[in-house]
This record gives sequence, structure tokens and C-alpha cells, in this order.
Amino acid sequence: MKQLIATIALLVSLQAFAVIETYEFKTEEQEQLYTDIINELRCPKCQNQTIAESNAGLSEDLRYIVYQQVSNGSTKREILAYMQERYGDFVLYDPPVKPSNYFLWFAPLAVFIIIFIAVLLKVGRRRVKPEQTGTEEE
Amino acid sequence: MNKKLVLAVAPIVTFIILVIFFWFALEKDPKKLNSNLIDKPVPDFKLSALQNPERVYTTDSLPDELFLLNVWGTWCGPCHIEHPYLMKFSQKYPVPIVGVNYKDKARDALEFLEQKGNPYSMVIADVDGQLGIDLGVYGAPETFVVDSDGKVRFRYVGVIDDRVWNSKILPVIEQVQGYPLEQVQKEVAENDSEGMK
Repeated sequence: MKQLIATIALLVSLQAFAVIETYEFKTEEQEQLYTDIINELRCPKCQNQTIAESNAGLSEDLRYIVYQQVSNGSTKREILAYMQERYGDFVLYDPPVKPSNYFLWFAPLAVFIIIFIAVLLKVGRRRVKPEQTGTEEE
Repeated sequence: MNKKLVLAVAPIVTFIILVIFFWFALEKDPKKLNSNLIDKPVPDFKLSALQNPERVYTTDSLPDELFLLNVWGTWCGPCHIEHPYLMKFSQKYPVPIVGVNYKDKARDALEFLEQKGNPYSMVIADVDGQLGIDLGVYGAPETFVVDSDGKVRFRYVGVIDDRVWNSKILPVIEQVQGYPLEQVQKEVAENDSEGMK
């Protein structure tokens, strides 16, 4: 039981933030925007972390740039565009839908639809058969 | 009968598709990202020369011919490994190598070049790393192939050794120029002598 609780606790617990530096913002909205953005940008150096989590030098630089731009009144869209222009879609944890990644976005849906249709056909056939022949065992 | 055939073939077809997919996926290094600068000009900058802080470099200072843009720093271990190769290539091929000294101390960088030799035709001192950010640099050393129009044609992340030079950099240079590199040396020499007249 204890082990189970410990396992669940480990699974549920959130990853600790590795941000060292703290920045002062003029307004709470700006601070919120900064936090939003750094949690949505992926560190190009340490690929499975956001720049908020990563303590790589590059992430520190990118956080500083986000801080500067937020302080200068840039919008989220502008800042994400700035990063995308330099590091590509990779840097966005919420990448745009475009022809080169249609497959990634729509393949699961397509597979789901195909399976759904296949199941429907199969079930439909099964329902009809016993009535027609009347010999099948239930 | 037909259904049985389909059921027998389906897993095999799926398997083959997966093998083909993995074959290509395994060849690709997920740590190597595509540059967003391909076919775009080198981003604007205004930075001083490493050897002379009073001299200001901009994109206009870059070579008019095809060149390599190499981002390095003395703090970067792999850059030390790459350095002898750059020395060799700079002596062997008529392609200028422009250095971007990325987030480095000028004193360290100058000492490094003094001791180990300078393969660069010019070195841009990117002390605060803004040019590196604009170039989308995420892991030094990085090398960009820039064509004679000043457009980035290729980016390689990591150490350029003989194997990378021969398999990645040289083919790109020759493809961008449209003729083999050895001939370039001749032509450059001819152009120079014509310019002298």
C-alpha cells in the first residue's frame, strides 16, 4: 500500500522549475505573460524541456530576450514569431498546422475513422447474419 | 479465401512500411534541427572585429564570394577539436571562413588564435550573443554555407572533420557554385590576376 502511494505521488508530482534568475515586471499581467511564454517555448539545446525548465545557457539567454520584449510591451504573438523566425517551428510547443505536418495532425483522426467504419461494417454484418441463417449459436 | 489473403498480407505490408519508416528515421539525428535561415540572407548585425574593437563589421563587410560562417568560442570544447580541421581547410581550399566568436572573452579568443593559428579571414566578436540568436545557433560549433549573394544555403551543427567536410560541406559548396571546388582555386587566381592588370 505504501509503495502504491509512493508510486502515485511520484507520478503526480510536478517537475521542479530550474529558473534561477528573477525578473522585475511593471505589472502582474506582464509577469503572467512572461511565465506563459517561457513555458510554451521549447529549448533547442535540451530538446525535451521548455526554456522555463532548462538551465542551459541558451535558455537563459532566451528567457532574458522574452523578459526584455515583454517589458517593452511586445505581445505573445510577436515574441513567439521572433523565436520561430530564428529557431523554426521546433521551438514552439504548440506548432502551427501546415502541409508538412498534416500527416502528424490528421493521421490519428484518419486511423480512428477507418477503424470506426471497419467496426461498423463488421458489427452490422454480424447482426444481420443470425437472422438470415438462423443457425448460428448465440 | 480473399479475406484470408488480406489478413495474411496486411501485417507484412504494415511491417514493411514500418521498416522503411524506421530506416529513414534512424538515419536522422533528432538533435540536428533544420535552420530557418536557409535561402535567407545573413541577419543584420553591427559588431566589432575581434582583433580591433574599433573596427565595425556589418553584413556589408562579409565576403562577396561563397564563404563559410563558423560560430565558435573558446568555452566550447568541440570547437577546440574542430579548430585543426578549419586550419587545414582554410589552407587547402579557396573558401574564406568567417568566424563568429560567440559569447566569448576577447582576450581568451585572441590567445586561442595566437597559439593555435587563425583559419578565419575575419572574426566578428559577438560578445552578447545577439548574432548567434539571430542565426538560430543552439550548439556551437555551427557552420553556415553562405553563397555569393549573401544567402545562407546550408547549416551544419557540430564539429566539421574530414568526414563531414567530404560528405556534407564540400558537396553543398560544389552544388551551390555549380562546379567542383578545385577549379575554383584556379578561377579565383585568374580573376585576381585580371584585377591586377
